[in-house]
Amino acid sequence: MDRFVWQVARSVTEAATLAGRTVAEAMLADPGQPAAPDCVVLKAGGIDLLDLMKEGLLRPSRVVNLREVPGLAAITEDSSGLRIGTLVTLEQLATHPALRQRYAALADAVASSASPQIRHVATLGGNLLQRPRCWYFRSVAHHCARKGGEHCFAFAGENQYHAVFGHEGCAIVHPSTAATALVAFDARVELVNAQGVPRSVPLGAFLVGPGIDVKRETDLGAGEVLTAVLLPPTAASTRSVFLKQAARSSSDWSIADVAVVLDRAPDGRCQRACIVLGAAAPVPWRAQQAEAALVGQMIDAAVARTAGQAAIAGAVPLSRNAYKLPILATLVRRAVLQAAGAPEPENGR
Amino acid sequence: MTVSDNRRTEKFPFGIASVGLDEIERRIPAGEPPPLPPNDALQVIGKPVRRQDARAKVTGAMRFTVDVKLPGLLHARILRSPLPHARVQAIDIEAVARQPGVRAVLVIASSDTILRYVGAPVAAVAATTQAAAEAALRLIRVNYAPLPFVVDLDTARRPDAPLVYPAGERPSLSIAEILVASALKLTGNVRGPDTQGSRGDIAQGFAQAQVIVESDYRTQTQTHCCLEPHAIVADWRADGLTVWMSTQFTAGVRRELAQTFGLKLGEVRVKVAAMGGGFGSKSQLGTYGRYAVMLSRQAKAPVRLVFDRAEEQLDSGNRPATWQHLRIGARRDGMLTAVSLLEYGTAGVGVGAGVGNFAQALYACPNFSSAQNDVFINAGRSSPMRGPGNTPGAFAMEQAIDELADKLGLDPLVLRERNDPSAVRREQRRLGAQRIGWDRRHQPGADAGPVKRGLGMAQSLWGANVHTNAACEVRLLRDGSVEVLSSVQDLGTGIGTILAQVVAEEFGLRPDDIIVHIGDTDFPAGPPSYGSQTTASITPAARNAAWKVKQMLFRQVAASLGVAPEQLVARGGRIVVLEDTTRGVSFREAAAGLRTEQISAVATRSDDYGGFRRHMGDQAGAQNDIGGVQFAEVSVDTETGTIRVERVVAVQDCGRPMNPKLIESQVQGGVLMGISYALLEERVIDRQTGHVMNADLEQYKLVGPREAPSIEVLLLENYQGQSATDAYGIAEPSNIATAPAIANAVFNAIGVRLRTLPMTPAAVLAALDTRLRRN
Repeated sequence: MDRFVWQVARSVTEAATLAGRTVAEAMLADPGQPAAPDCVVLKAGGIDLLDLMKEGLLRPSRVVNLREVPGLAAITEDSSGLRIGTLVTLEQLATHPALRQRYAALADAVASSASPQIRHVATLGGNLLQRPRCWYFRSVAHHCARKGGEHCFAFAGENQYHAVFGHEGCAIVHPSTAATALVAFDARVELVNAQGVPRSVPLGAFLVGPGIDVKRETDLGAGEVLTAVLLPPTAASTRSVFLKQAARSSSDWSIADVAVVLDRAPDGRCQRACIVLGAAAPVPWRAQQAEAALVGQMIDAAVARTAGQAAIAGAVPLSRNAYKLPILATLVRRAVLQAAGAPEPENGR
Repeated sequence: MTVSDNRRTEKFPFGIASVGLDEIERRIPAGEPPPLPPNDALQVIGKPVRRQDARAKVTGAMRFTVDVKLPGLLHARILRSPLPHARVQAIDIEAVARQPGVRAVLVIASSDTILRYVGAPVAAVAATTQAAAEAALRLIRVNYAPLPFVVDLDTARRPDAPLVYPAGERPSLSIAEILVASALKLTGNVRGPDTQGSRGDIAQGFAQAQVIVESDYRTQTQTHCCLEPHAIVADWRADGLTVWMSTQFTAGVRRELAQTFGLKLGEVRVKVAAMGGGFGSKSQLGTYGRYAVMLSRQAKAPVRLVFDRAEEQLDSGNRPATWQHLRIGARRDGMLTAVSLLEYGTAGVGVGAGVGNFAQALYACPNFSSAQNDVFINAGRSSPMRGPGNTPGAFAMEQAIDELADKLGLDPLVLRERNDPSAVRREQRRLGAQRIGWDRRHQPGADAGPVKRGLGMAQSLWGANVHTNAACEVRLLRDGSVEVLSSVQDLGTGIGTILAQVVAEEFGLRPDDIIVHIGDTDFPAGPPSYGSQTTASITPAARNAAWKVKQMLFRQVAASLGVAPEQLVARGGRIVVLEDTTRGVSFREAAAGLRTEQISAVATRSDDYGGFRRHMGDQAGAQNDIGGVQFAEVSVDTETGTIRVERVVAVQDCGRPMNPKLIESQVQGGVLMGISYALLEERVIDRQTGHVMNADLEQYKLVGPREAPSIEVLLLENYQGQSATDAYGIAEPSNIATAPAIANAVFNAIGVRLRTLPMTPAAVLAALDTRLRRN
């Protein structure tokens, strides 16, 4: 790791003013070269940043610490919903009573991520802005499309952990399990620029696929700070479930995960369904056909199975990741049944 | 007791305690102590004594090689090949040498050197800080001419594959490898076949067979993943060389250093503090050890070289990947008539990818043929890893035996009963079957619903190894303190505590009364800690030495009490007269009466009393092998492909168990490593670029706390009457049977056999899918 200047920001606008470029932009610099003097990046928990720096993928000249900025680490609630400050740690989220009660899929998604040590340091903002875990992307030796290179190595390479949807020129999967759940809850992100002007956009639109730009995962502008995540209120009848499968159950990235948010009418019919697949595409992947299969239905095992199959319709697996499809279909089916309070047939779990 | 010449005859406890003990007469050297009774008659040996360094380990106070700090210490880093196969056209270190902070530069790959794998060392730098060394590496200019490469076993076997060692280029092998490999033919990338161990008439054996099973099995490359990285601090001085190293063999490294650098053994000192695992990968000096010493010599200052995690994964050894074809013939009653094994394995650019003697020696079968081959690929060299050969060998053979049982309609335990001559494993099968509840085992795939449960078992075979070059000193000081000294090292297993137990037992003291000094070649040369032979080799030497010191002390005490030395015993911190235990002195009083500040004895490990089966150089093999039978209970989610190991019952033996707590800990480690091997671990190399894609502990999946099942360890007391302690090893035997036991349990759960490691969700789903399409 190279030497860098450590700077503590005291306000959002100060941080935004200092942030000359996003991490994605900074990583397009030649990794063989020392840091450019104007390469300034923001740090929240620093989990991903440190990783990128240790691997030699990012060589900032200055790191601006956001953690001292007041007001960014609170969870507040009013009639418009829940506001989660960007510096709220994953552990705080996973154990927050309101979340556990009304946004269970989000609490479970966060609790399933990383290790206890990391969850105590990692922030929600950093989690949403972390770079993908694709092993070609993380290797200095592979100058891939996302780092400004010519092509994506995954298509003809070791793609067992890669995308089965939406891989237009790049087959990363989005690394955040929190994002899977947040998109299912129609969350928005709040961004503030150097002038202190906020804007808020749906998270689903903020996260961009390779079809829009292969070199970044978000719509974050240079000189912008992600300050909060906004969750709309849930109805009393809303039920949500998050399920994840990883290569191992201890501290691991998803092979596949799914968040299901259901609203049901008093007669038990599904009024509204939101189903999002994680680790399936470069962005959290909305399974709209599966949602359509549920709306207006009494949810039982057969309906849930149909939704599971609909969720993987249109998938284009790569040479080594077709196994993800039955797993995704199963997770969707099980999550739908759990969210509907319908018993699983036989001994499935 | 009868004495003639310098040997005498003694009666030793003999047999398996749970079956019933017998006695056996052995001729033993006159200078060695009388037989120990079975463990239940002992005070300290065989008891679950807590390891002496437990507190230091859990509080972080323990010092490892990476913690060694010396004045003027330099930090070394190694520049490594970014290409899987390349010729170095030019290497320029001028800019580095001028760099501030840089004290020594070593060109490892000069021009025209061929680099054969990503991570092969190219140059090394020692600088005043780690960061300066790191920065200096970037100033080394190397021109590489890329060469065609091959990184997978199947492609490397093809006749048109790029050659790792083109004609005229010889594999650069270590001395040990040359011994193994010199006689074998090299064709393309394939070296072999090695047909050692074949016996009988294989064609006739298959002609006699009424049932034949035949399958291919694959095992992956597994890395050692020592939590403590490879580390060395080398301090070259005019008056000699001192090296601190995380090593499994201090005395061996001293010998290698003396030979490599033209020094006398007495001029080289090797020390090791605590270790965080080795698993076979820290058995030798290694090239990195040599580089550290060369840098120290060049810089005239101590040099510290510590691998980072990527270096651990790329260049510290691994367990070879294998492809095995097994064909087994049997009569309808289950008696084996023929076993044939064809194997191709890859140890990267090295050799040693065979699968050992497992299929050859586990079952009594008159006809056996073996052909094992090394296939070179452009990847880091293997090194021995916990049960080398036999661990991948067991995965194939123990599944094939279950396949045969299935085809014959026999219980797998019954089939083994008919073919396995080992009395130890017979008792282990009995105990294990009882504990796991084998009678609950149902037909394969019998459960309704998507989650299926299954029971499986597999057996283990490992040599009871002994290193006869093993010495130990025991000292008694005037204040009553007792020291035990040997260069033997604790690679994490707790041998220091076991030595304390052995000496404490002899003196009638508590283990905590004994001060243990190990891991330093200034002490009598101890054995290596590989081959599961540390305890077998050093504990008899320690007891012999303690007994000698005790005799000296007894002579003195006897004189003062007016009795004969033979009338005395040491127990409960006192030395007393056996017939009248009220007469005696405290141990401390006895020591205070010493004429000199200390008395001491150095003793060695003699040959096994009943002789060895083989003995080459310092290395010997006992008459009987180590057994081991493991049972696994799994659940398989057939919709997600997830295998959960719910429970493992490991029934093991290691001669006389010295410390059940430490043994259980090792067995649990062996089982966890086996689960990791079975379900998770795999080195992944990209065929486009030759790079290892998971040279870290994030994408290289190691078993974690949530994968840990209930592990029950059942331990046999197997008395052989072979040495002053009669102890043998446990480390490797506990790792061998786990993966095949799980695989057999998976078959019992889902009715589909997984013949490839690791058994990932992808593999499970593909196997189930294949069955669906077949039906």
